Amino acid sequence: MDRVSFDLATTPLREINAFLHRAPAETESRTVILDRPGGVHNLAVGMAHDWRVTVHGHVGYYAAGMNQTAEMEIFGNAGTGLAENMMSGRVVVHGFASNAAGASAHGGLLVIGGDAGLRCGISLKGGDIVVGGSVGSFSGFMAQAGRLLVCGDAGDALGDSLYETVIYLGGHARSLGADAREEPMTEPDYQEVESLLARAGGNFCTVDPGRFRKIVSARSLYHWNANANQEY
Amino acid sequence: MEKTADASRNLSLEESWGYDRKTMDYIRHAAAHGLYEIRGLGAKRKLPHFDDLVFLGASMSRYPLEGYRERCSTRTVLGTRFARKPVELEIPVTIAGMSFGALSANVKEALGKAATAMGTSTTTGDGGMTREERNASKILVYQCLPSRYGFNPEDLRRADAIEMVIGQGAKPGGGGMLLGQKVNPRVARMRTLPEGIDQRSASRHPDWTGPDDLAIKIRELREITDWEKPVYIKVGATRTYHDVKLAVHSGADVVVVDGMQGGTAATQGCFIEHVGIPTLAALREAVEALEDMGMKGTVQLVISGGIRTGADVAKALAMGADAVSIGQGMLVALGCNSGTWTDSGGRHQDAEADYRTLGTLPGYCHHCHTGRCPVGVTTQDPELEQRVTPETGAKRARNYLRTLTMELATIARACGKQDVHHLEREDLAALTVEAAAMAGIPLAGTRWIPGKA
Repeated sequence: MDRVSFDLATTPLREINAFLHRAPAETESRTVILDRPGGVHNLAVGMAHDWRVTVHGHVGYYAAGMNQTAEMEIFGNAGTGLAENMMSGRVVVHGFASNAAGASAHGGLLVIGGDAGLRCGISLKGGDIVVGGSVGSFSGFMAQAGRLLVCGDAGDALGDSLYETVIYLGGHARSLGADAREEPMTEPDYQEVESLLARAGGNFCTVDPGRFRKIVSARSLYHWNANANQEY
Repeated sequence: MEKTADASRNLSLEESWGYDRKTMDYIRHAAAHGLYEIRGLGAKRKLPHFDDLVFLGASMSRYPLEGYRERCSTRTVLGTRFARKPVELEIPVTIAGMSFGALSANVKEALGKAATAMGTSTTTGDGGMTREERNASKILVYQCLPSRYGFNPEDLRRADAIEMVIGQGAKPGGGGMLLGQKVNPRVARMRTLPEGIDQRSASRHPDWTGPDDLAIKIRELREITDWEKPVYIKVGATRTYHDVKLAVHSGADVVVVDGMQGGTAATQGCFIEHVGIPTLAALREAVEALEDMGMKGTVQLVISGGIRTGADVAKALAMGADAVSIGQGMLVALGCNSGTWTDSGGRHQDAEADYRTLGTLPGYCHHCHTGRCPVGVTTQDPELEQRVTPETGAKRARNYLRTLTMELATIARACGKQDVHHLEREDLAALTVEAAAMAGIPLAGTRWIPGKA
């Protein structure tokens, strides 16, 4: 058997997640197909082995949450907290992602074909996020490490209270958040953008790296400042 | 002395109540610095507390147990609602979440060893799980905090329970704070932050925004850990009655309520003293919420914030808590505010000069935020942290826990209970009108509970 499939309409979530928590046997196929997810929450959370999961349909909250190693591709939209706290591996959603996509991800790559909601990449800790469309307000909030690349626009307060995450923005931000500022793109930045787009694959390979701008931390909140007068 | 007293009779020394010297000091400090005071520990002001309650003890109608002979069980089980592996404790006294970063690795290890020796649990904090603390702790509660510093599924699976932290009693509505001098290379690495920056943790969780979201988030944690581990929800004491109901709705196995006397390693002084309600009031509200929902006994309640003595533990249990959690008391056991620290040869070394450098004296210190703890408890300094070794620290912490347990059992036996969890409200009386009202316990010598008909 070269692949396993589950029908979420008839199989309990618990059974599927338990299946995906075990290590695949040496000879076992890594490919798992999940049909009719019906917006179920917590699908394929806590994977820690090299499964390759394909989902046909929409998923609810926290799909692929805390993923390690595994790959997941969703042909549909995703709810809040897609791939939250991902450690490694790769998660691709071809549709839209709701709020807090990739929140606090420590590693891995999250690719969102469409738009992402509020707080995309909030508290990012080393993961990379590539968004084909636009992102909502407060994206990159307090993001500490990793990259957030947005081909479209951003809402208000992009990169608010940013630490060391670098944001590459193709379109325009309605406003930048506290302590976020634009800095000139350098040659290594263009290479970084090109590499992120290449890793995202598909149509992303045709996007021009030349149209991105760079948003980083101004680092003025890094130290206690008696003269700040709460202006931030 | 006589002379001064005589002389002062001729001076006009009418102090203002509203603008006393403390208040004027505060205003001058504000005027000089343009910045609020940051400090550690919890509320310092006098509040209605467990001291304002007494036990009634056995009498004509109740038999006491023999104080030294008869068995009095202290066994405590937390997380019986949904978890496949509830936490089983020998004593109802647990160690509260305090971060590696706020505390040294030695201290975290000492607390783990003491908890293990006494058959109770210890808790991680806003900096992730250290291997020292995991190895030393038989039962370790892993906190999921808004910052998610160092949060990862490996440690989640290694944990014995999970505590979703909404807030803490010292600063409900505020995030953690760790000033740059404590952000050494290891702390920085664990938190994915640059070294030496003043680190302010998030106060809101990144991936859920309300109790309905939280219910899904908790199911995620359960799914990831295959429904093995109890999930606690910790709230700072504010709207406790409603918060506890919502925590139960969100699917908690255990609710932890932290009153305003609860400590912190660093936050604004105005926050510590003016946000949140006393532990006594919060405990009664929490118990009422569980009783009104018919969840008492199904969802366990842990109370913290100013629990210091075995009598405090006994009163908390009598009011309806299943267990207590202690942070600041454990630090005092390790030497917090002591005038001396103990070197490797067991000799007491004077620490007063180090307190003076911080501008304070033993007994008054709340300078945890500076990282210059004179007794080596709340520090990341390689030299200072040697002032508490895992072994000596563990011994002191264990002795403290043992004393609390003996006191608790003594009171329970005197009230005729074979199990400390059999202590009940009817065993208590209140000494002040305030305590009677907050705790819902009759004023001693009366049947009066203010606010009740």
